[in-house]
Amino acid sequence: MTGQMPAFAAAAPEILLAIAGMGLLLYGAFRGNGATREIAYLVIASYIAAAALVVFVVEVPTVTFSGLFVADGFGAFAKVLVLLGSALGLLISLDYIEREQMARFEYPVLFLFATLGMMVMISAGDLITLYLGLELQSLSLYVIAAFRRDMVRSAEAGLKYFVLGALSSGMLLYGASLVYGFTGTTSFAGLAATLSAEAPVSIGLVVGIVFVSAGLAFKVSAVPFHMWTPDVYEGAPTPVTAFFAVAPKIAAIALFIRVMVGPFGELVAQWQQIVFAVSILSMLLGALAAIWQTNIKRLMAYSSIGHIGYALIGLATGTEEGVRGILVYMAIYLAMNVGTFACILCMRVNGRMVEGIDDLRGLSRTNPMIALALAIFMFSMAGIPPLAGFFGKLYVFLAAINSGLYVLAVIGVLTSVIGAYYYLRIVKLMYFDDPVEGFDQPIDRGLSVVLAGTGLFTLFFFAFPPALVNRAAAAAATLFGG
Amino acid sequence: MFEIGLGHYLTVAAVLFTLGIFGIFLNRKNVIIILMSVELMLLAVNINLVAFSTTLGDMVGQIFAMFVLTVAAAEAAIGLAILVVYFRNRGTIAVEDINAMKG
Repeated sequence: MTGQMPAFAAAAPEILLAIAGMGLLLYGAFRGNGATREIAYLVIASYIAAAALVVFVVEVPTVTFSGLFVADGFGAFAKVLVLLGSALGLLISLDYIEREQMARFEYPVLFLFATLGMMVMISAGDLITLYLGLELQSLSLYVIAAFRRDMVRSAEAGLKYFVLGALSSGMLLYGASLVYGFTGTTSFAGLAATLSAEAPVSIGLVVGIVFVSAGLAFKVSAVPFHMWTPDVYEGAPTPVTAFFAVAPKIAAIALFIRVMVGPFGELVAQWQQIVFAVSILSMLLGALAAIWQTNIKRLMAYSSIGHIGYALIGLATGTEEGVRGILVYMAIYLAMNVGTFACILCMRVNGRMVEGIDDLRGLSRTNPMIALALAIFMFSMAGIPPLAGFFGKLYVFLAAINSGLYVLAVIGVLTSVIGAYYYLRIVKLMYFDDPVEGFDQPIDRGLSVVLAGTGLFTLFFFAFPPALVNRAAAAAATLFGG
Repeated sequence: MFEIGLGHYLTVAAVLFTLGIFGIFLNRKNVIIILMSVELMLLAVNINLVAFSTTLGDMVGQIFAMFVLTVAAAEAAIGLAILVVYFRNRGTIAVEDINAMKG
């Protein structure tokens, strides 16, 4: 290992993003806030270039930087999703930030750094890489949440996110330090080797794993570590919420899978119960608490908690099939969520954003296209066939049944029925209630493109599931040493 | 002769960590105290890491501690910046006044 150059090529996408981030930061400092849109397009271009590199690099799965960094098929799948989510999130922000006087050039650059952090998280091969990636992502997200700095709610969202995020990082780190102390290594490969050799598991190690899982559960906002989610989603500017709901979630759940299946794979029996309980609680809370919400962003927060619960079913199985289910679920979740938030961004009356669910009354008459798109997303989130959301749930439930976790599958089906109530209530408001004041026309161009793309994906996914499912299966196989 | 070993360091770290967590949850006065509690938690982790590193004779723990220190500095800077933004909007940083949104 010593004296030898690491395989930089494996980390080429991350290196590209890091250089682009620093370059664009300098460029923005020279050009000022007038260049925000230009920088945003450059950031999207670097996302696309990075995604191309990810697909190219993964041809050869590599462990590099002395085991700190892993580039494999699983990571590539998750990274492409994260890059796509970030690019869409940035695209739907552009008109919003200009209209709301928050168009500062740091905004796209912070997106870039957050995405870089997520990619490092996904590729982590060591507890140190895990921590650094997580913090790079979180620190950027704290700032983005508080970006609307003249608004109390945005600043408060940033503050709450910061305090609870720092708490969760602290817990994760404490767990990491215990894991290090009781095994003598921080590398995932080393941990896996030590844990499979050693028959009795020391109590210190178990405590460490519990702390690490608590920290990770925080980042995916699973119950009982979800308390920041509704407030942050409600307070942050809407396009930022759209970004929060997608890219960091995917990255965090990919990291969760990597940590649990890789180094702690031998201890399935220990962590399975934790994931099992967290999954059930998240599904229940996501379904029940959303019923009483009147703010659509808050409703989406509870909805995302519920979705994470469904995704965690796949992790609770601890099998390759379960991981495949999660990857498919997250891909579909990305499309549905970006689409829904694009609809929420259209909710503007007389130049002012509205967020109440009641503002959607009679939308089918005042704005039939947005109503139709939102109805598709709501039906899909409720899991009604043949829309995409149904297939996402189908694959995780199948994995649960095949591993004998019937309880999880049954509770999952029950909570989707409960959850369908609040999704369908929105459809009912839009189609059967008397119209209130219509939304401003026309909607932004970027938004309509994103709406059309995600809407068509959600609507016609049933025609081509193998394209996605096979890739997800191949990605899951690389994680299990296939 | 009484000797200070790994167990003592771990105890101190555990106590500091618990103090940090309780500082975040029980404190109803001032957000600055929360920032201090966060630092306390990270310092507890550092004590853990360095103690383990010395006992195991392995450098990785100390390297990890260096990274934690660096990130903690960045975290404190961002936390204070957000706090300043919040103070400009609200004119207060008392924990019980952070209630523009329910929950």
